Amino acid sequence: MSGRILRRVGFFLGIGLLGLFAIIPVLWALITVFKASTDLYVFGPNPFLFNDPPTLDHLVILFKNTNFPVFLKNSAIVGVCVVAITVLLSVPAAYALARLTGGWGERSGMAIFLVYLIPPSLLFIPMYRIVVWLGLANTIWSLVVVLPTITIPFCTWLLLGFFRAIPRVQDEAALLDGCGYFGAFRKVVLPQVWPGIGACMVFAFSLSLGNYIYAATFITASSQRTVTAGVPTELIRGDVFYWSELMAATLVVAIPLAIAYGLFFNYLVGGFRSAEEALTGR
Amino acid sequence: MNSSTIAPVEHAREEGLLARLGRALDRPQVLVWLMLGPAVLYIIAFVGFPFILAIALSLSDATIGDPSLDRYVGLANFAAVMRQDAFWIALRNSLLITAASIGLLLVLATAASELLVYSFRGKRLFQVLFILPWAMPVSLAAIAWLWLLDSQFSPVDWVLVQLGLLGPGSPLGPFSHLYYLGRPWLGIASLVVADVWRMLPLATIIVLAARLSIPEERFQQARIDGAGFFRILFRITIPALRPMLIVAILFTSLLIIGEMGMVEILTRGAPGHATQVLPYWAYLKGIQSGSLGQGAAIALFLFPFLLVAAVLALRAAYRSPEA
Amino acid sequence: MSVLTLRALSKRYGRIQAVDGVNLTSGEGELLAILGPSGSGKSTIMRLVAGLEMPTSGDILIDSKSVLGIPPKDRNVAMVFQSFALYPHMSVRDNILFPLVARKVPKPLRQPKLDQVSRMLGIEDLLDRRPTRLSGGQQQKVALARALVRDPELFVFDEPLSSLDAKIRSQAQAELRELHDRTGITMLYVTHDQIEALGLADRIAVINQGRLHQVGTPRELYMDPADLFVAGFVGTPPMNLLPIDDDTIAGLRPEHLRLASTASAAGDYALDLEVTVNQLEYLGSEWLAYGTVHSGLPEQGEPQQVIARLPAGTEPPFSTGDRCRFVGTHQDVRWFDRNTGKRKPAAVGAVA
Repeated sequence: MSGRILRRVGFFLGIGLLGLFAIIPVLWALITVFKASTDLYVFGPNPFLFNDPPTLDHLVILFKNTNFPVFLKNSAIVGVCVVAITVLLSVPAAYALARLTGGWGERSGMAIFLVYLIPPSLLFIPMYRIVVWLGLANTIWSLVVVLPTITIPFCTWLLLGFFRAIPRVQDEAALLDGCGYFGAFRKVVLPQVWPGIGACMVFAFSLSLGNYIYAATFITASSQRTVTAGVPTELIRGDVFYWSELMAATLVVAIPLAIAYGLFFNYLVGGFRSAEEALTGR
Repeated sequence: MNSSTIAPVEHAREEGLLARLGRALDRPQVLVWLMLGPAVLYIIAFVGFPFILAIALSLSDATIGDPSLDRYVGLANFAAVMRQDAFWIALRNSLLITAASIGLLLVLATAASELLVYSFRGKRLFQVLFILPWAMPVSLAAIAWLWLLDSQFSPVDWVLVQLGLLGPGSPLGPFSHLYYLGRPWLGIASLVVADVWRMLPLATIIVLAARLSIPEERFQQARIDGAGFFRILFRITIPALRPMLIVAILFTSLLIIGEMGMVEILTRGAPGHATQVLPYWAYLKGIQSGSLGQGAAIALFLFPFLLVAAVLALRAAYRSPEA
Repeated sequence: MSVLTLRALSKRYGRIQAVDGVNLTSGEGELLAILGPSGSGKSTIMRLVAGLEMPTSGDILIDSKSVLGIPPKDRNVAMVFQSFALYPHMSVRDNILFPLVARKVPKPLRQPKLDQVSRMLGIEDLLDRRPTRLSGGQQQKVALARALVRDPELFVFDEPLSSLDAKIRSQAQAELRELHDRTGITMLYVTHDQIEALGLADRIAVINQGRLHQVGTPRELYMDPADLFVAGFVGTPPMNLLPIDDDTIAGLRPEHLRLASTASAAGDYALDLEVTVNQLEYLGSEWLAYGTVHSGLPEQGEPQQVIARLPAGTEPPFSTGDRCRFVGTHQDVRWFDRNTGKRKPAAVGAVA
């Protein structure tokens, strides 16, 4: 009996430690947001306690006195556009790979990731030139055009797993029932992968939101910046760090994203399971 | 059917041009191109083409002031780059940080996936918290760590002092602050911790997916045969996870080795170049110093090795006996 | 007028010849089974008929018109898949209506068809359920309804009973036969289970390795197999196949391998064997005896095993270890050419 209790304790200890590890910086950020400046930049007293009463001032400053709302707006516009482009291109591509290309298409899953061998940190130099040439430098549209390079491979791969999970016989039954090939896709297969498309939208949005290199390189005007590039540059004036505002900005972005990701956690796992099955030939 | 109430179905086919076009296009051979084409073309245009450009840049004398590509200089950029001390330190650090992170990630992700196989109360909430590091944009995560490891106000220091591990006459030194981001090896360690923190959710999900695919009977059989927790872990779980562990290593190392935001915000490569990494060094050389050719050369340096490593890794995973 | 004709139909996948020059004609309204082991090409033939694959060569005629190049939806062929392939995201009603919706059948005509088929299959109260909430038997009925609602010319079944529990399989088999008789639609029934084929089909086409071995009624296949493959494949337990000499193999059904003392005609037997009984099996309705042949056959490499089926209701007058004399009459024995596998009229020379 004691073995079982030991195992339970160990289990929850493990969960607890993992959870703690994940949120330590976030926890500290959270405390920082609500601490009065006088309570923050001091030595000695317990930093985890509110020795002065908590305040909302920093949040107010963030939204009123900085360009943060503009950054949010820009990021949102870019995010929505990138998601739209991603879905429009990835969904048909994933279906084509899953159904229409014979054996190699289905197994190309892992090969898609080889695109990520060429990371933004390599491409941003020539990419900048292309953006200038397209006349999009210093506008958010430069990001809308370029960021799908990061989202499309991943989303295609994820959707490939979802499409693959639907038995081919259903396509065939639809063909016999009177659909053409595209009709079978539209009416029988597509309705079943909406959860996957939802997961893709979340990931595409967060991948586009999180991009730093392109956002920092292509756009210099503050009013055009997105959150990830704007926050470090705007809220750090020379050597002065407005920590509470910085932490507030971080949390305002991270928490909703984490909630969205958390909702689709199981779909992400499922996507990797499909990919693994293709890998091991099951 | 003998007693059908309707005649066999007749489609009233409009033989209009649009309908005829629709039928012509509705064949698998055509649909493949229509559906796969846009994505492929986009990637070729915005990844393939810039990649070629990057290679061309690395072989030319382009600078920000004069970004034309017509002066071919062969491998001179690479030679120049390899004469810089900072380059070798950056290379060493990139590999070191990636390797150390991977090592820690494998252990932690396997442990985490062992726990996440089970359902428990509050698992949903846990998933949200657990995935926070991955959900946070890299630059903002870096800022959060910058504050957490601040040289003056870090709560970690405070805790260590309270525990008696820091401060006058204690094991970690006489000062009441550790300069996590200001000392060479401590800085590297901090970068590793931050990278592991950031990548753990993704690594865990990859491993968890594989872990869930292991049939339950295998564990039951092992338990009947008398195997304990650790024996099961090492003899059954980990061998079965092998292909996806390789995949996890591949993805996470690509993501770590190509990331510049962390270093730029946390240490700026300091002190000196002690915590420099390749992508940031490429950025400094290329954009800030202005010599695009050298920047491209630095950024391109690891690519052939990564390509070979990736192909080998994928083949090892494909050939895995785990089925 | 035949509904389906296959002419020299062939399909090749790379190096593999999945279907090799098959000629087959179905009669109007018959239930034609395509029987063969896995990998024999029977599923490929079915998919070629449905239009899911294109033949490498040969022709397929439905209703005397070639359907090469015609997509599946225009062939007027309905198919019931082994896994039923119901659409999980739609209710049963929407599943059944789907073919009508996809073909843009006018709305007022849809409901009567739905009512008709759901009444015929007895699934009216399942209409609002989701496929995942149905039992195997119910799913099969919905799949049938979905196919029937189209009034097809030809019905193709892909091992329709193999996904069902053994318990309900025989009932489902009877219902399938009854459905066929009621609707009179020509049905093509692909299976590897020869008991099923024997019980259901009007005629059976036996396929192996892409080639058609024999087409005939169940009785013809059982009593007059065209070659060794058909002889060994059809019938449970399988026909005893005994080498006589370098050119001949004798085939005798277990129920025709009779104890000498109970055999009807005295005198000239085609097969006269001394058998040691190794095992007796009681199946409730009958006894099976498994034995090894001691004499009666020319010296071969290994001793031959035989199975004898005792007449129903009789107790075996011997026990394991006994040596008995089993015989087969000229009427019952079938002769096969050992080299080609094909059936021969008679053996040359008597058995020593």
